[in-house]
Formats: sequence, C-alpha cells, structure tokens
Amino acid sequence: MIKLELRKETSRVMLYSTPIFAVLLTIAASMIMFAILDKDPIKAISIIFMQPLSNTFSITELVVKATPLILIAIGLSMGFRAGVWNIGAEGQFTVGALCGGCIALVFYNVEGFWILPLMCIAGILGGMAWAAIPAWLRTRFNANEILVSLMMSYVAVLLLSALVHGPLRDPDGMNFPESRIFSDSAILPILVEGTRMHIGFIVALLVVVTAWVLLSRHIIGFQVKVLGLSPRAARFGGFIESRVIWACLMVSGGLAGLAGLFEAAGPVGQLVPSLPVGYGFTAIIVAFLGRLNPIGILISGFVMALTYIGGEAAQIQMNLPSAVTGVFQGMLLFFLLGIDVLAKYRFKWFHHHHQKGT
Amino acid sequence: MDFTILILQGIIIAATPLLFAAIGELVVERAGVLNLGIEGMMIIGAIAGFSITFETGSHTLGILAAAFGGAVMATIFGVLTQVLMSNQVATGLALTIFGLGIAALWGQAYSGESTSSLASLDIAGLSAIPVLGPLLFSHDVLVYLSIALTIGVYWFLNKTRAGLILRSVGENHDAAHAIGYNVLGVRMAALMFGGACAGLGGAYLSMVQTPLWADEMTAGRGWIALAIVVFATWKPGRAIFGAYLFGGVTVLQLHAQGFGIKIDAQYLSMLPYIVTVIVLVLISRDKTKLMFNAPGCLGKPFYASS
Repeated sequence: MIKLELRKETSRVMLYSTPIFAVLLTIAASMIMFAILDKDPIKAISIIFMQPLSNTFSITELVVKATPLILIAIGLSMGFRAGVWNIGAEGQFTVGALCGGCIALVFYNVEGFWILPLMCIAGILGGMAWAAIPAWLRTRFNANEILVSLMMSYVAVLLLSALVHGPLRDPDGMNFPESRIFSDSAILPILVEGTRMHIGFIVALLVVVTAWVLLSRHIIGFQVKVLGLSPRAARFGGFIESRVIWACLMVSGGLAGLAGLFEAAGPVGQLVPSLPVGYGFTAIIVAFLGRLNPIGILISGFVMALTYIGGEAAQIQMNLPSAVTGVFQGMLLFFLLGIDVLAKYRFKWFHHHHQKGT
Repeated sequence: MDFTILILQGIIIAATPLLFAAIGELVVERAGVLNLGIEGMMIIGAIAGFSITFETGSHTLGILAAAFGGAVMATIFGVLTQVLMSNQVATGLALTIFGLGIAALWGQAYSGESTSSLASLDIAGLSAIPVLGPLLFSHDVLVYLSIALTIGVYWFLNKTRAGLILRSVGENHDAAHAIGYNVLGVRMAALMFGGACAGLGGAYLSMVQTPLWADEMTAGRGWIALAIVVFATWKPGRAIFGAYLFGGVTVLQLHAQGFGIKIDAQYLSMLPYIVTVIVLVLISRDKTKLMFNAPGCLGKPFYASS
C-alpha cells in the first residue's frame, strides 16, 4: 500500500515545478470539460492559450488584465505568508476606485499634473481604510479577519452602487447609473499608442521588485515568515503579532485600492457599478499559483490574465459559456493545492509484512 | 396582525437556508475541520435542486440531488485537505470559486427559468388555527426538516457514542487516533454530512425562497452561516437562534421601505453583512471563552505518523 511520508525539508524542485504540473493538469481536465460540452477541445485550448499571444494588441490587453491581479496578489501574499487571511481585496479594490474616482470628479473642470498622483494617494488610502476595519476588529476584538474582510466586500460593492445611483451620477447622463467620464487630467497615460496598456503596469513591476527586496533582504520579510510558520516562536522572538497583522492588511489593502483606482482611471475611465469584476478573488489564486513569491506572482498574474483574454475569445469564437473561466480558475487552485503534497511529503510503498498494526 | 404573521413567516423562510448550512458546518467543525467552501456547496445545491426539479417535475428528486451535489463538493474538499493534506483555508476558498463557476456553467440553460415552489404541508386541522396555524403548521417540508436536523444533531453530539467519538476527533485527533478511532473516516463522514446540509440550504433558495435560477444567488449566505457557527459557539441550540436572528435582519431590510423608512435599497441590503460583522465582534471579544468552546483541533492538519 502507499503511504505519505513527511519530508525532512520541503522539496525545492517540487515547490517550483508543481505550479507547472497544476497548469498542465488543469488544461487536461478542461479539455475533458470541453468535450463534455461538445466543443472541440484542441481548438478551445489553442484559442485560450495561444491566440492571445499571437498579436500585439491582445498582448497589451493581457498586460491590462495582469496589472490589477499582480498588484493585489503581491499584497495578499504578504498576509498569506504570515497567516493573515485578507480575502476582502475585492472590497478594498472597490473603495480605492471610489475614493480616487471622487477626486477625479471633484476636479472635473480642473487641469493639472497633480490630479493623478492625488487620485493614486486617495485610492491607496481608501483601500487601506477599508482593510483597517478587519485589522482593527481582529487586533482589538479578536474577530476573524476572513469573515470581516469578506463581509466588508459585499458592503463596498453595494456602497459603490448606491453612490453611482445617487450623488456621483453623471448629471448629463440620462439617469444612467454611471459617473461622468473622467477628464483627460484624470486618465492614466497610455504606454503603447492605440491600446489600453497604461502606466499602472510599470507601477506593478516596481511593486514586484520592492516586495522581492523586502521579503528576501529585510527583517520585515523574516518576521512575516516566522509569524506564519509559528506564531508562538514569533511571540518569543519579540515580534508584536498585532503589528504584523496591521502591516499585512495595510499593505494588501493599499495595493488593492491602488489597483482599483488604476482600473477606474485606466481601462474603464469612470465609476460604474460593474467596476469590481472579481479581480480581488482571482488574485487569491494568483498569489498561490505564484507560490507567494513576488517573481512567481508576476508570472502567474500573466497566466491568469491569459485565461481571461483567451476565455473571452473562446466565448466569442466557439460560443463557450463565460462561466468556463471561473471553472478553469477553481480547478487550477484545486490541482495546485492537491499536488502540493509532493513538495511536503513523499510517497512510499509499504509491503504488508512490514506493517505493524494499522 | 396579518402583516406581523407575514413578516414572521418571511423570517422563517429567510432563516431556513442559513440554518441548514450552519448546522452542517457545525458538525464539520466539531470534527475539527474548517470548511470555508460552504458558499460553493450551497450554490451547487441550488442549481442541482433547481435543474433536477425543472427537468423531472419532482421536488423530491430535486432535494435529493441538492444534498448529493453538496456532498460531492465536500468530498473533493475532504480528499484534498484530509488525504492530500492541503491548506484548509485555501482549499475552502477554491471550493467556493469552483462551485460558483460550475453552477454558472450548469445554470446557463436555466437562466431566467422558474419552477413551481415547494408546496407547504398545511398539516390537517392544525394549520387552520388562527395565528399559530400559519406560523407553525403550514410550512414546506424543508422547514420542518431543518428543525428536526438541528434537534437530531444536538442529540447525536451529546447523547450518542458516535457523537462522542466525533467530538474527541475534533478536540484531539492524535489522542483519538492513538485510541484507535479512524480520524480520517470520521472527518470525511462529517464533511459529507456538512456538504449535504449546505446543498439543502442552497436548494431552499432556488426551490422555495425564489423559485428561479440566477447566478451567484447565494449572495454570501454561506459565509454568514460560518459566522453563525462562531456566534453559536459550536452549539446546535444557539445555531437555531443565530439563523433566525440573521433571517430577521434580512426580512427587516426587505420590509423597511414598507414601514416608510426612506433609505436607498443598497444601504438596506448592506444590513445583513454589517450585522454579521457586529455580531462576530461581540462574540469574539472574549478570547478565553471562545477558545474554551472552539474544538481543540479546528483547522489543524492531521498527519498519522504511525
């Protein structure tokens, strides 16, 4: 019979190769799913994974989708390392967009280079403020941050909808629940003419590098790791648990807020109730697929963006349902978590005469 | 008077799916497993119940399919977390994302369709009693099942040997394993029960509360059920109270405009979520009390070294 045996040390080779296996297994499983749906599996997979890479425009679209995912996932990964489970990034994203967007709408008639930086600061502060709610309730009242941050996401999405239906509605917009379209001073500069690829991607790259330096070269990274591995040891080591919880939630909230502002001031260009499209949840998968490592997250952000762009293309060309993307992402996380066992354990064959008892 | 009865009936309808999901998760957590994927199991129950009822015209088959669908989802979670030792929090999130995706895929053909609502039993003679009749004796079979299930779980956990074993597995899995209990088996059984219950909760949404199919119609109820388990400090009796309290908030929100309260619908819709946070804070404030009540091995992986 087969038995799992704990490895003395987590296998490095396995740790970095399991995400690739997970992607391959997901592709195999989704081919079966396409066959069940009576669609050509080979064609579907090539549309999803190859076509988005075949021309410049869809590559820039890939960057547009990957930017918020990478930004949010970098922030979340800090918390996940420390065992702080912020799963309300969707709400922090929404409030960030809302706060930054309000600046754009207040200075609608004003021109100035300072408007965009101010919007970014407002976006970051908005996300942080929303994340401060679970942080405070967790550190002060011991309330579970998973549930609080998630409940606050539902509140944030309703808040955006309420404000866009009410005070923020475009006065010349025929009563549609939309804000004014932001003025040129409040729209992110485009990197490649004629596309939607905006400067936010450069910011995301800077965040990746900063996170990598902090985690591998700075005491903060060490504290975060220790707290995740053993909260007791962290307490003996003199780290203050509540401080790490606050730090993790502020970083992830701020980055999610910035991602939300980038979405509003970038591809969308205004505030609409449908602004939050689930990046906050998908980023959780991105963080795990990237092994909670900044460079890994950069790569996995693009893989996940591929499933969005390719999924959309497959919807149009093969009449596949839009829900396929969600199923695909869920399966990916399942396979990843499932085969993670290979990194921590090894399989061992036991012969019956070697067994003692059960 | 009629209006009050209407509201109280509304509370029962809003509370029943929460009670199903919470009582299932309560058993799972008493066995020491934290399954955060209730939302995913509920939505699978909702679409399974709806689609089977729609295709066959039989509510009974729909209910069974919902319970089965939830249990299948829970089995995936069980294999990953108990056999392959994956992280329970992450796997629970994956279960929710996966469930919402599968349900949307499955439900595409039923978008906007509706079925007949599950008929109420109208217990002969009793349902004609004024006030008490419509309140207590004229509900559908699932309402009675949810109450019976809660009483059954109370009896099972506190009065039976199997319940004691389940609790011992949740309190200290190493000790339970050393005595010779099958930790994996107990936990898988608890998970499947919890999944079936969440499936029934989902089915109640799509077959009774609003007998039609809409994507993501669970709208966070699976997460509220998790909060109810904490609120109930892992005790079945208090879970009923919690579910009806949250059901009350939901109904209040729906009727607030009827009372002449002039607030935008969106702000009122926030109420159940905000109340969940407030209740969670009130319950969690006393750290020692919470630790005293929580199962000792909740969420910890079990690795049998011998």
